[in-house]
Amino acid sequence: MSTDRADRSGLLDRHLAFVEALRGAGLSVSLAEDLDAVAALSALHWTSRDTVRDAFAATMVKKQSQRTTFDALFDVYFPGMVGDGAGTASIDGEGAGEGEQGEGGPVRDNGEALLSFRDRLAEMLEAGQMDPAELQRMAAEMVGTFGSMPGRGPGLSSWSAYTALQRVAPQELIDRLVQGLMADGADEDDARRVANQRIGAFTAMVEGDARRRIAEEKGPDHVADVAVRPSIDQLAFMAARRTDLDEMRKEIFPLARRLATRLAKEQHSRHARSAPLDFRRTVRASMATGGVPMTTHHRPKRPHRTDLVVLCDVSGSTANFAQFTLLFVFALREVFQSMRAFTFIDHVHEVTGHFRPGADPVDVLADLAASASHAALWGRTNYGRVFTKFAEQHSDALGPKTTLLILGDARSNYSDLHEDTLKQLAGSVKRSFWLNPEHERNWGTGDSAAPTYGEIVRMIECRNLNQLSEFVHELAW
Amino acid sequence: MTWFESPADAATRLGAAGYLADAATATTSYLAGALEKPLLLEGPAGVGKTELAKAVSRATGAELVRLQCYEGLDEARALYEWNYKKQLLRIQAANSSNGNGGGDWNATHDDIFTEEFLLTRPLLTAIRRDEPTVLLIDEVDKTDIEVEGLLLEVLSDFQVTIPELGTVAATRRPFVVLTSNASRELSEAVKRRCLYLHLDYPDAAREREILQQQVPDLDDRIAEQLVATVARMRELELKKAPSIAESVDWARTLIALEIRDLDQAAILDTLGAVLKHQSDHDRAVKELKLKRA
Repeated sequence: MSTDRADRSGLLDRHLAFVEALRGAGLSVSLAEDLDAVAALSALHWTSRDTVRDAFAATMVKKQSQRTTFDALFDVYFPGMVGDGAGTASIDGEGAGEGEQGEGGPVRDNGEALLSFRDRLAEMLEAGQMDPAELQRMAAEMVGTFGSMPGRGPGLSSWSAYTALQRVAPQELIDRLVQGLMADGADEDDARRVANQRIGAFTAMVEGDARRRIAEEKGPDHVADVAVRPSIDQLAFMAARRTDLDEMRKEIFPLARRLATRLAKEQHSRHARSAPLDFRRTVRASMATGGVPMTTHHRPKRPHRTDLVVLCDVSGSTANFAQFTLLFVFALREVFQSMRAFTFIDHVHEVTGHFRPGADPVDVLADLAASASHAALWGRTNYGRVFTKFAEQHSDALGPKTTLLILGDARSNYSDLHEDTLKQLAGSVKRSFWLNPEHERNWGTGDSAAPTYGEIVRMIECRNLNQLSEFVHELAW
Repeated sequence: MTWFESPADAATRLGAAGYLADAATATTSYLAGALEKPLLLEGPAGVGKTELAKAVSRATGAELVRLQCYEGLDEARALYEWNYKKQLLRIQAANSSNGNGGGDWNATHDDIFTEEFLLTRPLLTAIRRDEPTVLLIDEVDKTDIEVEGLLLEVLSDFQVTIPELGTVAATRRPFVVLTSNASRELSEAVKRRCLYLHLDYPDAAREREILQQQVPDLDDRIAEQLVATVARMRELELKKAPSIAESVDWARTLIALEIRDLDQAAILDTLGAVLKHQSDHDRAVKELKLKRA
């Protein structure tokens, strides 16, 4: 910050580039908010980077799910340190800490250095109270020493968090950490949990530091374009990592709750005027105006409800997607009159029983995963066979009031597609939809039968939580 | 008047008023005062959103005007209403006094749309006050979308237009706090006018401080155990994760039952104070390996 402060026009450019990057990442930062941010900055002292970050966040981020994206971009555009961090005052004014750490820069990447670094890292992670500034410095050192990819000419050197993480492999420290924590009196589960958490946090720091260095080399705009992950509700199901999946799962129920209240409210207000008059309430309300019914009250309209049948591909390629969609629909079941769910790979298996009201989502997911084995006889997805089997065994599930929902990528291993069976199934229900977790541009490539099936059943791209909730909104109407 | 001198000042004075603010909260509260912009607080239930508004009013000596939002809240409940009954009486009194039945209609007409017959509701009250005011618009996500439109004029220009009286502009801008549990997405228009702060569960150290401030009798060891257990519960996939309010309740429960050590049996006996769903109970019992001794 200190150099920017001397050069005012440079700060403005940086600010504008930052706002552009935020917009590019999907945050809607309007001109009004942009101006607010500048006003907020001028109302504050820039003594602490955290204060500046909080001020930016308060004025420009209006949705918590976007906060991760914001933080990553903020670190790229307003980095906490430059280069290896030596010589620059670190964020909290910990200038004294830098002196003893002379080895940070010049150490070469060799086996000995690796061993000693891992030792120091393990020691630090084992400590009861971790110092985030120190940990941050450690991450910087790790990327600087083990993650550099030099030698491709000036301006072309780069840093890779991946290489650094491969070399140091903090995951392998977990057992050591667990031992250390248990020696301090924690029980094993707790220790393992804490260890995983700390390593995860450290990994994130390393990734952030690599982004920062690349931004220094190639300019922040480049990093903002390629390296910042989208926020959790825009992240594609198929591209999600394990930690993302956990986070997404935590989002599912709140999201469903939000959607359910929205649906209830819309159903409540949409037909208010055309609904029959509530005579008693109208008369009672007219007392305030001397018996003149100035405002009329209406009976709430009966919500229209849907029978839902979900047919869900649980083969390896779509397993993540299927879990989310099933859980999401399950969480919304109050909106639907009844719901039956079937999973399949090449054989159909009913899983409605797992969705007990009030059931624990973790158990439900585990049960679903276990029951995936019932859905396969040969283990290769075969949509044609599944539709035939479904028509034979479960056609009683479908009726004129039913909405049929098929979830899958329509990749059928070049088998017979049996379009007529699907046509027949789709013909016996009120509406039918197909959610496809693949990007629309990939439909029809390879063994994808998306175009064929898409002609019979309306096929919708559904790759992230946002698209999923938009779709369910349409479905529930 | 300036509300707070600086973020540090905000933190100190809120602390003195019994609210332990973290850095982000202090900075944002200071900014809300300095920029005279409404502050939108979002976050799970029970993390102290409403409490922050109350603390600001205590810390600055301003009076708190509260608008509790609910489904079906309308203009008449939020802004102002004409006092029909009094107006009717006025008309009848006018009729009987001049005896010829509605002779001087114009005078009466002007008469019944004056301040005297105006019932001000929270929003208008807050705007018209001359003394420092904190306006709390609580649980704004519970209202219908139309009410947001009503808020827009108030939040951006701090004025209210009453057709019969004209525009009432604020003489002194109130410190506005909106709270929301994010049960629905607020409109972009409202968000654009506000500063935004997401309040989340506090970290262990801050939660312990809050507990010790709210429940002074609690001894250190049990506070530590309690905070650790609650933090562990928040990591589970629960329907309703325990909030600060619930850990304070739990601490009070433990004191009332004179429990000196939070062991497994004690947790199991008092779980109802923190977890409010049966499936959450089951999950906690399973994950924390609680068994009756």
